[in-house]
Amino acid sequence: MTPVQAIIAKELRGYFVSPVVYVVGAIFLLIFGFLSYLYVVYAGYQAIQIMQMQGGQAQLNLNDLVFRNLFASMRFVLLIILPILTMRLFAEERKLRTFEFLMTSPIGINEIVAGKFVSVFLVFLSLLGLTGLVPTVLMLFSDFDWNPIWTGYLGMTLLGALFISVGLLASAITENQIVAAFLSFGILLLIWLISGLGALLGDTTLGQIISYVSFMDHYDRLVRGLIDTKDLVYFFSSLAFMLFLTHRAVESTRWK
Amino acid sequence: MIDVQNITKRYGNLTAIDRVTFSVAKGEVLAFLGPNGAGKTTTMRILTCFMPATEGTAKVAGFDCADQPLEVKRRIGYLPETPPVYQEFTVSEYLTFVGRMRGMVGKNLTTAIDQSIEKLALGTVRHRLIGNLSRGYRQRVGLAQAVLHDPPVLILDEPTVGLDPKQIIEIRDLIKSLAGSHSVILSTHILPEATAVCQRVVIISGGRIVAEDTPDQLSARLRHSEKISVTIKAPPDNCLAKLQSISGILNVFQGQSAGTFLLECALGQDKRDEVARFVIANQWGLLELRTISMTLEDVFLQLTRHEEGMTPQADQVSEFSQATQETAS
Repeated sequence: MTPVQAIIAKELRGYFVSPVVYVVGAIFLLIFGFLSYLYVVYAGYQAIQIMQMQGGQAQLNLNDLVFRNLFASMRFVLLIILPILTMRLFAEERKLRTFEFLMTSPIGINEIVAGKFVSVFLVFLSLLGLTGLVPTVLMLFSDFDWNPIWTGYLGMTLLGALFISVGLLASAITENQIVAAFLSFGILLLIWLISGLGALLGDTTLGQIISYVSFMDHYDRLVRGLIDTKDLVYFFSSLAFMLFLTHRAVESTRWK
Repeated sequence: MIDVQNITKRYGNLTAIDRVTFSVAKGEVLAFLGPNGAGKTTTMRILTCFMPATEGTAKVAGFDCADQPLEVKRRIGYLPETPPVYQEFTVSEYLTFVGRMRGMVGKNLTTAIDQSIEKLALGTVRHRLIGNLSRGYRQRVGLAQAVLHDPPVLILDEPTVGLDPKQIIEIRDLIKSLAGSHSVILSTHILPEATAVCQRVVIISGGRIVAEDTPDQLSARLRHSEKISVTIKAPPDNCLAKLQSISGILNVFQGQSAGTFLLECALGQDKRDEVARFVIANQWGLLELRTISMTLEDVFLQLTRHEEGMTPQADQVSEFSQATQETAS
């Protein structure tokens, strides 16, 4: 087992022996299930209305009525859930003074950051995997196009990775977990809200830049089933940038 | 093995350590002695590459802490002030993690864990969660972590804090057993500890090294004169003056009790014989006669007091009042 794997294993253990993952995971799945239920029921009402108006069998589009809405709502849920998962990563090490051990171990900061990131990402992926139950069950009762589902999941995965990297950065800055959580909420909300500013400025250069910086448009396209290289580049480059900042933040603690 | 040249560490305007220079040979145990906030931990953190020095170079096993930190870290076992343990791990799980972080695998790792558990007598708690262990056990787990990979250099920040007296002796024995094959730096403010386990003592105060020598030589070097304490059963009225008249006695001070006197004579002279004869010849009744040697405590207090801006004269007086108190007790 390499040091990075050792860190991943240690972090995963940390998550699963504490109640954090169970509580966060349960709430996440509950919200996902509840939202799915709401959208399905709403789709049902719509079907009934169409049948009453037109008569005969209505063809329901679950992709539009359920999944697009569901995936779009997941932005909120991820924004609240992921900072809770990431807040402990560095803050706790610093509080418990184990940070000094990590930093004096014969491994680079890159490896520490990578190990921590991968561990939360794995937790997130497993939660996301469990939500696969919803489309699987719906598949038994209705026909829909799987491609937008896959791109939606790709979108959630990339968005989650980005949120995790922001949370990791926030956790590296402070040794207080609550502060870390609020800091990542704040940063993420800000990136979210500037998309409104971008829309306001419209088609000007500044407006386009601001819209590009926010994850909203990029995520929306993936949810709608469009895979654009531009969006993938956005997610991967912003992820790399956040991880780089985290590296610098961890490094800077040595100079204080 | 460890070579520190003129390292300075500043936190903004605050200078934590100022041009500290010392070295540790292979197999030597060096004690870092100093009051709280003297810069012991800072020096250790620089040596373990946790933080860089503002100026100066520190080398461990020939590798520069600033240029080749990974090589340095590989060769160091470090116990920070607070043992760096994860509460949700059992002792053996924690040591497994520590070993893996240092690239140990398979049989190597399991034997190393067994050995360090045995060395630190952790056998009975090996499957218990660290979070449920007492302070002393956690400290020992921290030590087990430091010696796990059998590093050539050990840096221990107050290794016996929180241990009971029996455990302290065990840990000291462990450190003594490491001497010879390992270079050890340990910081402490418990002075007998330094005398008990270390070949050399570095006294640091206000970020500066104020003395560096063997414990014996340190106390010898700082003695300004030889001191004799004498207790007399029936001292006459002008006893002070009469004692002063003995040849070779430079000063006489009244001790705490009426019959106790402190006599000072030149360095390297032993006047006990003369004093005894003088007292007996005068039939005052000799009850006690002994030399007062400076303990490491005295050396330490004297050296660190200098830092607070007291003059050497004032020092000597306080040194005496200290010796007087000692006589009384």
